[in-house]
Amino acid sequence: MTLLGAAAAADGPSCYSTTENRWVCWQYVVDRQQDIVDATQQHVEITVLALLLAMAIAFPLALVARRFPRLESSVLGVSTGIYTIPSLALFPLFLPFTGLTETTVVLGLALYALTILVRAMLDGLRSVPEEVRESATGLGYGPTRMLFLVELPLGLPVFAAGLRVASVSTVALTTVGVLVSYGGLGNLIQHGVARNFRAELFTASVICVLLALALDALIVLGQYLLTPWTRGVRL
Amino acid sequence: MNTFADTWDYLLDGSNWSGSDGMLHLLVQQLLLSITALGIAAAVGLPLALWLGHLGRGGFLAINISNVGRAVPTFALLAVFVVADWPGTAHLGPYGRAGLATLLALALFALPAIITNAYVAVREVPAELTQVADGMGMTGWQRFTRVELPIALPLVVSGVRLALVQVWATATIAALVAGPGLGRVITDGFAANYYGKGIAGAVVVAVVALGLEGTMALVQRAVRPGRGPLRNRERGMSAGPPRLGTAVEPLDR
Repeated sequence: MTLLGAAAAADGPSCYSTTENRWVCWQYVVDRQQDIVDATQQHVEITVLALLLAMAIAFPLALVARRFPRLESSVLGVSTGIYTIPSLALFPLFLPFTGLTETTVVLGLALYALTILVRAMLDGLRSVPEEVRESATGLGYGPTRMLFLVELPLGLPVFAAGLRVASVSTVALTTVGVLVSYGGLGNLIQHGVARNFRAELFTASVICVLLALALDALIVLGQYLLTPWTRGVRL
Repeated sequence: MNTFADTWDYLLDGSNWSGSDGMLHLLVQQLLLSITALGIAAAVGLPLALWLGHLGRGGFLAINISNVGRAVPTFALLAVFVVADWPGTAHLGPYGRAGLATLLALALFALPAIITNAYVAVREVPAELTQVADGMGMTGWQRFTRVELPIALPLVVSGVRLALVQVWATATIAALVAGPGLGRVITDGFAANYYGKGIAGAVVVAVVALGLEGTMALVQRAVRPGRGPLRNRERGMSAGPPRLGTAVEPLDR
């Protein structure tokens, strides 16, 4: 509280001080701009790294699960199991290996995103109509060209839907990384709770929701640009 | 690092389990919280969603509530509740410090899964069946209780299952805002640089989560009419990661 008192004394009346503790306070945003920018950057970095890592693992995993149907149920079973474990309990389980680092958070989040993405990729590949596959085979497409030129583009809307779910929940879950001090905006929320600083906690929460919406919009835009053939059909 | 040994020792030491700060007490507290919150959410959400599904209205709301729920960090909502004048950190009976705030946040985060699944479950009852029911002269209520509800039940239960997983996770996060429950063992361990304790707490939380999920899977199996092998639709809506398109997926029977 001394910190808040000092700030109030320096700036005169403000919407955060020892006597004022408003939720919405532009003065806070101006005064602590650097804190907010740093936390947001860390948040975005953790989220993006986790999503990239998850995609990099989910893709081969989905292909393997599709190739060997027996493995599919175990891949999906294990991923359901992982998804059941609360995030606050998952991060500590990585700790002995990765310590109090950003890696711990990125790995944990990637694991959650992975479970969503593997299913989405499997569903996406499955959404390709059998006739289309047969036509491609008839045109002389081998397995690799079939995958990259036919199945991936046609499955894209389903992958994108999975990626949207994964990215929105990853943005929200990143806040829990505060447990190992790498929570992005979660660090500000935690600090806000500890100091009973409403403006800090509220601003961080709002930015967090806005980040999720922005990332979601970005994926929708990417999907729109990448799948020109669906535009006429979409509602 | 001797973290593994520390974790093991912490779990085996009986004194860590007993007493008012012991893991057993916190475990019971968190279970009580989770079940109460799930009960509140089901009492509010199920009638509403089943009724909307029966009428075939309000689908936009029922489906989008899940997307909104996903974007709001549970931690942020808990933090807002605790710092606000109401409900704040006030104790609430057996629920401990910040009991009311935690209970509210938990119930709110349980609602989306319950509402979306129950709504979709009733909506996706095949039109032929509801038409036959109407043709037999059933009233709306009879159609609902005799046709729609029995067919929708497995999917409704899988929504509750998903909600329970969500509630348990949120109850753990409550510890980050000094709330009740087992998450405290994790956060206290980390705050004191006693990682063995933190990891021990995490192990207990994870094991109970898997146990709850397994129990709900059995309940879901019990309510399935015919008890045949799990149909794709049900598997899709089980308490795994959210699946896409489930809400608009055509029926496969």
